[in-house]
Amino acid sequence: MSALLRMEGVTKRFGGLAAVSGLDLHIDSGELAGLIGPNGAGKTTVFNLLTGVYVPTEGAITFDGRLINGLKPCRIAARGIARTFQNIRLFRELTALDNVKVAAHLRSRAGLAAAIFRTPGLLANDRALDQAARALLARLNLEHAAASRAGDLPYGLQRRLEIARALATEPRLLLLDEPAAGMNPQEKAELMHLIRAIRQDFHLTVLLIEHDMRVVMGICERIYVLDYGEIIAEGTPEQIRRDPRVIAAYLGDEAVHC
Amino acid sequence: MAELVQILIYGVQLGSLYALIALGYTMVYGVLRLINFAHGDVYMVGAYVGFYACTQWLPFADLARNPGAAGSNVALAFVALLLAMAVCAGVGVAIERFAYRPLRNGLTHADAHFWGFVVALPIAARVSPLASATGFAALVVVGVVLGFALRPVVAWLRRRVALSTSRLNALITAIGVSLVLENGGLLVFGANPNFIPTVIPERTFTLPGGIQVGSSQLAILLVSLALMALLRHIVLFTRAGKAMRAISHDIEAAKLMGIDTDRVIAYTFALGASLAGAGGAMVAALTHVKITPLFGLLPGLKAFVAAVLGGAGNIPGAALGGILMGVAEALVAASQKYGTYRDAIAFCLLIVILLVRPAGILGRHVPEKV
Amino acid sequence: MRWWLVRIATVAGVLAALVMVSQFAERGIRAYELQVILLCGVYVTLAVSLNLINGITGQFSIGHAGFYGIGAYVGAAWTVLWQPRLVQSVPALKLGTLTGDVLTLAVALVLGALAAALAGVVVGLPSLRLRGDYLAIVTLGFGEVIRVVLLNMEAVGGARGLSGIPTLVSDHELAVFWVGLLAVLVIAVSRNLMQSVRGLTWLAVREDEVAADAMGVNTTQVKVTAFVIGAAFAGAAGVAFAHYNTGISPDLFGMETSIIITTMVVLGGTGSVTGSAIAGVLLTALPEYLRFLADYRMVIFSTLLVVMMLTRPQGIFGHREVGWGTFGQIAGLLRRLLRRRGEASA
Repeated sequence: MSALLRMEGVTKRFGGLAAVSGLDLHIDSGELAGLIGPNGAGKTTVFNLLTGVYVPTEGAITFDGRLINGLKPCRIAARGIARTFQNIRLFRELTALDNVKVAAHLRSRAGLAAAIFRTPGLLANDRALDQAARALLARLNLEHAAASRAGDLPYGLQRRLEIARALATEPRLLLLDEPAAGMNPQEKAELMHLIRAIRQDFHLTVLLIEHDMRVVMGICERIYVLDYGEIIAEGTPEQIRRDPRVIAAYLGDEAVHC
Repeated sequence: MAELVQILIYGVQLGSLYALIALGYTMVYGVLRLINFAHGDVYMVGAYVGFYACTQWLPFADLARNPGAAGSNVALAFVALLLAMAVCAGVGVAIERFAYRPLRNGLTHADAHFWGFVVALPIAARVSPLASATGFAALVVVGVVLGFALRPVVAWLRRRVALSTSRLNALITAIGVSLVLENGGLLVFGANPNFIPTVIPERTFTLPGGIQVGSSQLAILLVSLALMALLRHIVLFTRAGKAMRAISHDIEAAKLMGIDTDRVIAYTFALGASLAGAGGAMVAALTHVKITPLFGLLPGLKAFVAAVLGGAGNIPGAALGGILMGVAEALVAASQKYGTYRDAIAFCLLIVILLVRPAGILGRHVPEKV
Repeated sequence: MRWWLVRIATVAGVLAALVMVSQFAERGIRAYELQVILLCGVYVTLAVSLNLINGITGQFSIGHAGFYGIGAYVGAAWTVLWQPRLVQSVPALKLGTLTGDVLTLAVALVLGALAAALAGVVVGLPSLRLRGDYLAIVTLGFGEVIRVVLLNMEAVGGARGLSGIPTLVSDHELAVFWVGLLAVLVIAVSRNLMQSVRGLTWLAVREDEVAADAMGVNTTQVKVTAFVIGAAFAGAAGVAFAHYNTGISPDLFGMETSIIITTMVVLGGTGSVTGSAIAGVLLTALPEYLRFLADYRMVIFSTLLVVMMLTRPQGIFGHREVGWGTFGQIAGLLRRLLRRRGEASA
């Protein structure tokens, strides 16, 4: 089966330091994959490479069969890759609804002139965007927060809002950067359920970075392990749990008892 | 060829003045990430202090009538220099304390009293000229009264105002302070240009090749070098200097390590301002340029460009940038066709450097963590 | 189909209203007050156009007077230098007649706006790589470069400036019309944009550029477009100013003016169109009526700026706008107040 996303020999250097080197990974369409590793291993760097924030120093990244090296982040978003951020990056002054509308605007047809002249086409377009955004918020149980300022929302809702916003771009691949960070066990269980559900409902492929092993082992079908910028293991949760290199580098003995 | 060297000498002299000012910019940027727009006006204050010291306050001998007093004049010149540096250090500390610190720490009672005096100034000036005894008394009385009146206002504001850590707001405040100094200077000193007459005899040295160097050019160069060396010693070998460097890396960590950041920041401002003051006093006394309250604006901007050129926050970079800036301007000024564009060269350089190498020549680019 | 008709009718109505206001104003108001009103209009246009750049896309620009100056000089150059050469072959441009004046002024406005817009691209492109204070300094530098270049350009008068510009704006008692038209246009464009979802994406660029990029917003395009539109309106304002002031010189378009415009935007609330407009009127009209403070004008301005930053950095209006909705809110508030009064006395 051809992979939706493929990284071949990807290296990213900052000056003399290689943040990641020689990365070979692929994600198949519809998969729910995980990326784990100690802090500083380069996981967010991988996300930044995938979304165009960094340009690979070496190697090739192909998405849906087309090379995306060097494309600007907004172009990559248009191609169908969306993400959330490790440190939440919502548009704090805007309402939750507006946050989602901004992302939904990617798929709208209306131009700048239409906006300035307030054409009926634009008004219809904006109405549709408004409806789509509200539907998305409702789907993620956020409709009560629609009019709240994003910066004022409680932490858990902010994380969920970031996911809703990413979904509004109608992505094929969703990258989640530590979505469970700072959540209590109940919230994590709900999150796991949510990720599985949206993967199905929105026909997504998901790649997630996470530190909580229960979450990773619980929902990921395949896991990549990163250490010092290199992939040291790849496989199903069972395989990873038992891999001696992974245990040495990251999991420690607790993983065996998990 | 000799002409080129001549231009270069002038460029280095000009550059060392820019370097002195640029050092202040870069140090403040290093510790606070703030562009202290008002810094160029501190240079202007230094020039005015030099002016008043040389013409009114200190007993300079008239060299035309008493040529033998040259030696004592030189000694007095040093006193004037130190005076300018001290006054400017005070101005720098005051600017930090009343314009920038409230942005970090919020308004306090001291701020209420400061603003009381500020508002009292024009009121007292209406009563009688400030320089007179009654005017001064009026200032003190009204100032103190207004200060106490403003205390509850400040307390109310302190409860309701969220602290702004935005660099942009600090920049706007800096621009505002600069304007206050310039326009306040216009009110106090008047718009008429002043200049300091020759108080130190000027001697010209002729080097092989027909190159001429004036003693004043040498003096500026030597004093600037000495001050820069002193600064380097302070930054590298004293505890305060180490604290400054720590704050420029990570201010929160510095606080956690027990460094009194407010004090060190004030010290940084004092250091930078005294250098700028020295530059102002020297340029006024030794090059007999016309001093007006607005004359610090352009050199200030150019020095800022120099600081960015060398790498904002980088001290050797500021010195390097200053020299380069001075030489570039000297070259442009000497050219027949583009001479009048000498002021624009600074900004063209700025735009180029920010496009090509925003971190500056000696700076390190710190990528934003996503 | 019907929409077009309604739209054209509304525009025609607004234009007609402006003309009537203009005619009434010029006959009923003293010359001095007219000058103040015109200047207010110019500064409202300048402030609201800067708000597009500073407030809405969050790019801090303090060189706006540069665009103002480019527009003024290009427009004036057209009227004074180039138009006289064309008048032979294009008799419709002949000055002194209503058509001639309007046509010449219209061309001046377009040329001035275009030139300023071009400058907006030139300034906007490098701005893409710069943030915050660095961008501010570059824009300041740009403004100064413009001033120095104008100062040295003998063709347009150098330091003395250009004088004897035909008063195309104030002829036919249409001064208030032209200036009012510009102000209304820039406010309308800003408001329309801000009420659309596209306007939200502009605000997103201000809030978090990295996230906006990741959500598919072409931040480059947004930032440059903001500069272009803002600059174009500033340029048009410059043309209008030149054609009622009869004379322009480089020092009118320097850093002091840039800072005054910036103060208006900051005072009114960066991001608030209403705030910028109101601050524009206040900060232009007040100094005129507080003439006895004229010497202190700049000191007061700058002190105001500092105090504003220390006490209410988000400006008077913050991010809020005053629209039709506000009247509803006020009405609701009044209703509640009256109800409580009624209950107390019952």
